Amino acid sequence: MIRALFVTAVAAAVSLPAAFAQEISPAVVFDMGGKFDRSFNEGIYNGIERFREQTGIEYDEFEVTNETQREQALRRMARAGHDIIIAVGFAQAPAVEAVAAEFPDVNFTLIDSVVDLPNVQSVIFKEQEGSFLVGIMAAMASETGSVGFVGGMDIPLIRAFACGYEQGVHWVDPEMEVIQNMTGTTPAAWSDPTRGGELARSQFDRGADVVFAAAGASGLGSLQAAADDGYLSIGVDSNQNHLHPGSVLTSMLKRVDLAAYNAFMDSLEGTWQPGVINLGVAEEGVGVAIDENNWALLTPEMINAVNSATIAIINGEIEVVDYRADNSCPE
Amino acid sequence: MAGRATLPRWVDIGLIPLINLSLALFVSGIVVLIIGGNPIRAVGLLITGAFGDGQMVPHGEAIGFTLYYTTNYVFTGLAVAVAFHCGLFNIGGEGQAYIGGLGVGLVCLYLDFLPFVLIVPAAIIGAAVFGGAWAFIPAYLQAKRGSHIVITTIMFNFIAAALMVYLMVNLLIRPGQQSPESRAFAEHAVLPAFHEILGAIGIEVARSPVNLSLVWAIVACVFVWLFIWRTRWGYAVRTVGQNTRAAVYGGISPANTIIMAMLIGGAMAGFLGLNAVMGEHHRLLLNFQLGYGFGGIAVALMGRNHPLGVFLAALLFGILTQGGGELAFEMPQITREMVVVIQGLVILFAGALENMFRPRIAAYFLARSERTQAAT
Repeated sequence: MIRALFVTAVAAAVSLPAAFAQEISPAVVFDMGGKFDRSFNEGIYNGIERFREQTGIEYDEFEVTNETQREQALRRMARAGHDIIIAVGFAQAPAVEAVAAEFPDVNFTLIDSVVDLPNVQSVIFKEQEGSFLVGIMAAMASETGSVGFVGGMDIPLIRAFACGYEQGVHWVDPEMEVIQNMTGTTPAAWSDPTRGGELARSQFDRGADVVFAAAGASGLGSLQAAADDGYLSIGVDSNQNHLHPGSVLTSMLKRVDLAAYNAFMDSLEGTWQPGVINLGVAEEGVGVAIDENNWALLTPEMINAVNSATIAIINGEIEVVDYRADNSCPE
Repeated sequence: MAGRATLPRWVDIGLIPLINLSLALFVSGIVVLIIGGNPIRAVGLLITGAFGDGQMVPHGEAIGFTLYYTTNYVFTGLAVAVAFHCGLFNIGGEGQAYIGGLGVGLVCLYLDFLPFVLIVPAAIIGAAVFGGAWAFIPAYLQAKRGSHIVITTIMFNFIAAALMVYLMVNLLIRPGQQSPESRAFAEHAVLPAFHEILGAIGIEVARSPVNLSLVWAIVACVFVWLFIWRTRWGYAVRTVGQNTRAAVYGGISPANTIIMAMLIGGAMAGFLGLNAVMGEHHRLLLNFQLGYGFGGIAVALMGRNHPLGVFLAALLFGILTQGGGELAFEMPQITREMVVVIQGLVILFAGALENMFRPRIAAYFLARSERTQAAT
């Protein structure tokens, strides 16, 4: 009895801050890129690390290495008694669908896809809206009348980035050319900076002077190429402005860190809700990065245009078409 | 080479791989020690990961996953082994498996008006035809044009990936979803998993992806053994593999034999699609073949291109894949990259360095057999 009291006291003292009514046992299953991909998965990692630092609550994690492991990892985490599990990436949707049905008492937050179950929270992003905004900036920064896009693996998600970007460019100047390339067709396409750099260079040779890289770690090569050759680039997912100050025009932010942080924090506070959370410009889930690293590259007109487009998107005057709605992009 | 001929079989396919494996595990242990882990615990976790501990991971589930991975490695291992007998280095298992899976997927998606008993053979044929077709082009180029098969097959892996992405993203994707995946197959158009079969006759087993494809993998092993050692075609394959000029002298057409060996190899790799697409995922998706094609090379090397050896090596790789995954769960300092390092060491010792001990072991057995002969 005394021992039990002692354990409780120690537990209370260890769990900082003690304001939270109950502990939670969180877990995360990263996708194939791995948690240090400098992009999507790493955004999640940053979000949950912030949660860990603030609350002192440790989380379990697993990095998936093949298709079959996803379901296995989620089931393993659920069985281990975790009560909130973040599944990172659209590819985990079928696995979440299966495992969440088996463990109705465990909550799942799925990032980047939708599963309709009472214990699943699906967080998706309107990447097309953020890409639209960086498209505006690219078009206004371009002097040659031609801009580039380097995508990662050729999947609908990346096409949605490209499609939103193109719409943003054409909103400024319908005549402007958008050169598009993808880094590949295998998952290796996400981690090939050499190829990202080569594609950016070929786009510069064809007349583009701004390149938007939405290609995971491969995009780092595109940014490097732009910095080396004196062109402009646009980063993606997290704020990459600091990588090459003076060359990175801006970054298209996708706040997966916020989504992951909120999933854990809401669980802790008991406010976690199932259902679909669709984060766009209005919810500040996507947007452009402006900081001291790219300040010198921006013009007042550019900032005004982005601001007015942001307002127009929020109040519905501009509707950015989502490629994924019917797998096509308007011309 | 003289030593190889006189080595007892059990030494060739049993003892030497075992010694190489032990050495690989020993070196892995040192690596684990350097990064601050306990190697004994790591090996323990690897083994309980692959076979289950009965608590966190039920035995049925862990063994099921191990056997599921094993099935994949058997198919790609056989794909490499058959080509090896013909003197060809088939690096294209990855692409052949990918396209073989496409064949299975197309059958399951578009021929699902057929009943189960007909759709299974149709899927088997689909896998063999598509996988074989993907191997045929490099084989033809090698046989008739002399383009080196290593180059062409590896290029065909990339072409397969590009083709699959095109098909999945543009044509076969279920509309209105993010992930490039087809619709799920009809209920009768999938291979039942063992836990379902055993559950139906009243034996409760934890769920796992191992399915009827495992039976087909064993059939494939027997088929390859029969083909290579019990048919004239197999004899032709081995002759071309060992000495093309002698084969020509003996009236065997190397070109036709090369194409035949690659067709069978491609079909074997294609069967991976049965296991992964029809048995496990129940839908067509991207990257279900990732890594098994290349793993198959190591499996064939380790299994000495003998179907039995391939099966045992595939089992080992199944254990490493499943146990390695569990290891990464339990020991945070062992990342997934570490698991790849351990697997790589096994491949290094079993494949590249397999001749390190062979001469010594061969000399020992040679001396021993001479002694016994002298005694009699």
